This record gives sequence, structure tokens and C-alpha cells, in this order.
Amino acid sequence: MIINSITKSVAKINGLSRAAGWRGLSSASGPRVCVVGGGPAGFYTAQQLLKARQDTLVDIYERLPVPFGLVRFGVAPDHPEVKNVINTFTQTAHHERCSFHGNVNVGKDVSVEELRQAYHAVVLSNGAEANRPMGIPGENLSGVFAAKDFVGWYNGIPANKELCPDLSCETAVILGQGNVALDVARILLSPLEMLKTTDITQHALNALAGSGIRRVLIVGRRGPLQIACTIKELRELGNLPNSRAEMLLGDFEGIEETLKDLPRPRKRLTELLMKAVNGGDNKAEKSWSFRFCRSPVEVLAGADGKRAAGIRLALNNLEGSGENARAVPTHQLEDVNCGLIISSIGYKSIPIDPAVPFDHRRSVVPNDMGRVHDTPGLYCSGWVKRGPTGVIATTMNDSFDTARVILQDMETGQLDLSIKKPGAQAISSLLQTRGVRTVLFSEWEKINTEEERRGKPHGKPREKLLDVEEMLQIAWS
Amino acid sequence: MAASSAVRASVTFTQRFVRVFPDCSICPLHRLNLCTGSAGASFSAPSVSASGDCQKEDTQEQVVHVVFIDRSGRRKSVKAKVGDNALYLAHKHGIDLEGACEASLACSTCHVYVKSEFCDKLPAPEEREDDMLDMAPMLQENSRLGCQIILTPELDGIELTLPKVTRNFYVDGHVPKPH
Repeated sequence: MIINSITKSVAKINGLSRAAGWRGLSSASGPRVCVVGGGPAGFYTAQQLLKARQDTLVDIYERLPVPFGLVRFGVAPDHPEVKNVINTFTQTAHHERCSFHGNVNVGKDVSVEELRQAYHAVVLSNGAEANRPMGIPGENLSGVFAAKDFVGWYNGIPANKELCPDLSCETAVILGQGNVALDVARILLSPLEMLKTTDITQHALNALAGSGIRRVLIVGRRGPLQIACTIKELRELGNLPNSRAEMLLGDFEGIEETLKDLPRPRKRLTELLMKAVNGGDNKAEKSWSFRFCRSPVEVLAGADGKRAAGIRLALNNLEGSGENARAVPTHQLEDVNCGLIISSIGYKSIPIDPAVPFDHRRSVVPNDMGRVHDTPGLYCSGWVKRGPTGVIATTMNDSFDTARVILQDMETGQLDLSIKKPGAQAISSLLQTRGVRTVLFSEWEKINTEEERRGKPHGKPREKLLDVEEMLQIAWS
Repeated sequence: MAASSAVRASVTFTQRFVRVFPDCSICPLHRLNLCTGSAGASFSAPSVSASGDCQKEDTQEQVVHVVFIDRSGRRKSVKAKVGDNALYLAHKHGIDLEGACEASLACSTCHVYVKSEFCDKLPAPEEREDDMLDMAPMLQENSRLGCQIILTPELDGIELTLPKVTRNFYVDGHVPKPH
């Protein structure tokens, strides 16, 4: 209802100059697409939609005042080259037919239904903002963290700034053997000199400077042939100065013979892992190791009953082989003393709007090649579509897939482009009446400049702002 | 309006930031010192060799012919010069090859297949390139990262095929036309 009346009075609403972040386009007859989420999935989907047709208008809505999602908040501080993709996204944002609207919480400030009324197509690219719980007793004790939050803490996610992990213990246990687990291990073990010139948050740097952690165990429920990390991250762990590997030779029994039949990536990864069995420099003060076929069953509290002092692991047998091998728990248990436990067993998407179908078992939006089930005009791309795995290139290919499906639907008439849709003008007006002010891309650039300015005296590429209010104040100054 | 639309349609995404006042600081060509300074130049200035051979022959020696085969199977022949980087050559000619990490061996988005007879003429990949290739979907024996291919005279005639990486590619290679 509201959208229809606004469409009619669009011409009368003059205060919408802020909505027209585009440079005065006269061709208002092209398809209007809304992308929910300003991370890699959102930007790559937008990029393809803009490239394939000369008349698409794409608006990207992002909850935070700052764009780029996990490229900003997930990629490790010591992987700056991976963040180069931000330049591609910036180009997309600067495109005359694209506009970015930060500080908009879709699901709360505006509903998906309202977006669907204002746009020909809406793409959900809002990723995975929660984490998979271990689901074991003691998980809520002090000293236990989800990797998502720990990474968020050193990468400057505003919601994680008060995490204050206690790093005074000697041993840290990480559950999970994917790239996030290895990133956490590497950040815990890296010499400070290596981290000082990155965009790691200052409070994390200070905490790491005082860290007592000397030993990191990276625990997985299956075996060496099922580790989910990629070779670059494993190599980096092995190359850390002043750290040695402490692997157990017994864990690799029978692996050597299987090597020749493995596909190349798994073969190279396993060969590198086996090289680590020989340890390395005995004078190294720190160590890391992989422990296999173990699942966490309980976090053990210390004397005061409030802090984690250890973790109880169940030993598993492996049934089957290769990528589909299954961990079957036995009754054998093993306790490991440790003061820091980081659960890195996966991110998880959550529903942001009750009107959008959601598969609670798989924690994704149910879809067919990106077309959301039972909801014409609604699409999805990235982790919310496929689940929270893969590198940026995976998300890129997936987003291109979704964009192609949308373009196909435009071609075939599945999306009726003859209907005029008001797009951002209607949504901006709605947000205004609700007291929500958006952050334009040019306003993010003010935040960006300020972060770079603050990083300079410390020799860092930037010092990330940690406070949403401060971001907004600078954006709108 | 129509004319400028036509121009825009023929310009690749990476080139869009070259506007009236180009911002060189964000251009990958500039950052990697690969900028020729002018949009269409494929030949370096002819030079007279020490032995005084005619200028035309020298110009020919600098040229490397490259064929890109895009994701829909279309062939595009381009003229490059010795020293050109295959990824940026692709961008210059509107070939749809991504380079997310901007040639820093931190991704696999510029993955290409090299025509087999040219594989041995390329220097073997360094370990870092192999590590990134391991992450590329549909890895083959003749897979390389486009950003690591620097053109030499021996590579004249090389063909680089873009893998069909997405599940949803139009079966008949149809590309939607703008209305």
C-alpha cells in the first residue's frame, strides 16, 4: 500500500535528492534490482547485472555503515593481497547505475516484502552472521569463543570489540581444521613484528603482545585426509618463525600409500602435512599441532567453576574414506588442559525476515540455482544460498551464476519489466519516515580516509573504527 | 546518449574507471607499472636495431599473437607485445577474466587453460602459483594463472581458454543482449 502511494507521488517528493546517489539518469525504464548485503556476494552479483545490460539499476543495502563484509572482517590481517578485491568492489559502487546504502538493517528497518514491491528483483546476499554451536556442556564458560567472534575481535567487527579474550594461558585448543582455524592459530603464534604493520585492531595487538600462549592444538573430528584448510594456509603455519610443528607420526599410518591416487590439491596438501611430522626447530619457543579423530564432548571448568581449564575429547573411528569419510565416536575419552578454546566449526546463516523461506536444517535460504523457492522475484547468492564454505573465488562464481539466472528471467519475461518500479526513491522515503538515515558510498569513503589517517602514525594501512556511532558521525560530518 | 552507450558497451569493466579525469592510483595497470599510457597501443615504438635492420621487421618481432577463447567458446585474436601480462591483456580486450587479487597470487580467479603445445614454453609455476591453482575449479594439466603468464616471442600464437566454471552457463553460449 505504502509503496504504491509513494510511487504515485515520487515526482512530488523533492527531499529525495539524497536517494539519488546516481548521477541524474534519465532512463528510468530499465530493470531495478536490489541487493541485500554489501559483501563479496552482493558486489559480485551487482557487477554482473550492471555489465550484462546497459539499463539495469542496482542498489546495494548493507546493515553496517561500512561495506565489504568478510573481506573486511574475515580475511586475516596478514593477507592484505586477498583484500585487493575491494578495488573491484569500489569500482562497482562508483558505477553510475549502482548505489550503495549503508546503515540499513533489512528485516528491521525495511522488510523484504517492501523491497520486493519497490524492485523488479531482490537478491539476498546477506551471508552467515551466526556460528554453529558445539552443543556441549561448558560451552558458555569464560575462555570459550566462537572463531567468528575471535576473528571479529582482531578484525574490528563492532559487535566483538568488548570480547577481551584472556590470553594468559599456555595452551589454546582450536576445534576445526579449516582455513579459519588456521588463521586463528597463525594470529596466535605470529611474532608481533609481523602483525604490527597490518590492519589488525590495536586492542588485539596489545592483547597479543602480552599473550602467554605457546602451544596451539588444532583438533579435527576426522583424519589427515579430511582437513578442510587449503595449502597456502598450512604452508604459512609451517613458515612461522619461532614455531615448530608437533605432529604424531601414528596419525599418518597408511597415508603414504594412498597419496598417488589422490587428486592433485589433496595430494599436495597431504604431502605438506606429512613433512611437518618431522617437527622443525627444537629451539622454537612455540608449537602448533594437528590432532585428528577427536570431537569435543565437554568443556571442563577450573576450580572456580567459571573459567575453562580444559576440554574433554572423544576419540573417533573413521568409516569410509576420502571426502565422505564419517567420524564415529568411541567411548574413549581424552582430557586436554587449556585456557583458551576456540570453536571453528562453521559459520551459520540465520533468517532475517519471517516472510523469506528458510531451511533450518541446512541453515540456508532454499533455492533452485539462486531462485528462492515459492517466491518469484527473490533470489540469493553467496553463503546464504550455498552454505558457509569456500573462498572469495567460490562466492564470485556463485554470484555470477545467480546474476545469470536473474538476467535469464529478465529475458524470458519471468520478471515482468514492463511494470514500473520506483526503486531506491521509494525505499529511501520509507526509511526517512522511520528515522533511518543511510550512509552513501562517498560517506563510507570519509570513514575510509579517517581509518587510513589513524593507521599512518602506527605504520598500519588503517586503524579500523570500532564504534558504529563514531562511523556514522564521521560519515555524516 | 546512444553513441555513449555504444562506447560503454564495448568498454570492459576494468576500464570504466578511465573517465574524463582518470584516477591512475586505483588502476591495476598503473600499480603494476604495466600502463602503456594510452588505451589502444599494442605495439611499442619501432626501434632501429644495432645492425640497422629495417624498422618494419623490428616491429614484427615485438608482436605476440594471442587467442583468447572465452567462456562461451568464442575466439578472440589479439595482438600483444613481448612483456605483456595475459591477465591485463585480457582486460584490455574485454575478455571476461577476473583478477580479484590483482596479480598477487592470492586467488585463482584468473585461471586459464593453456593450449598444450605452449605449456612447456612457459616457465614452470612457482609453488605459490601451484597453491592457488589447487583451489581453482576444474583444474587440468594445462591450467595456469593468467596473471603469471608474461608473453615472450616463443609464445606467439598461444591460445588461452577460460574455464566454464559456473554451473549455470547457457548451454548454447547465448549471451543476453541489452535491450
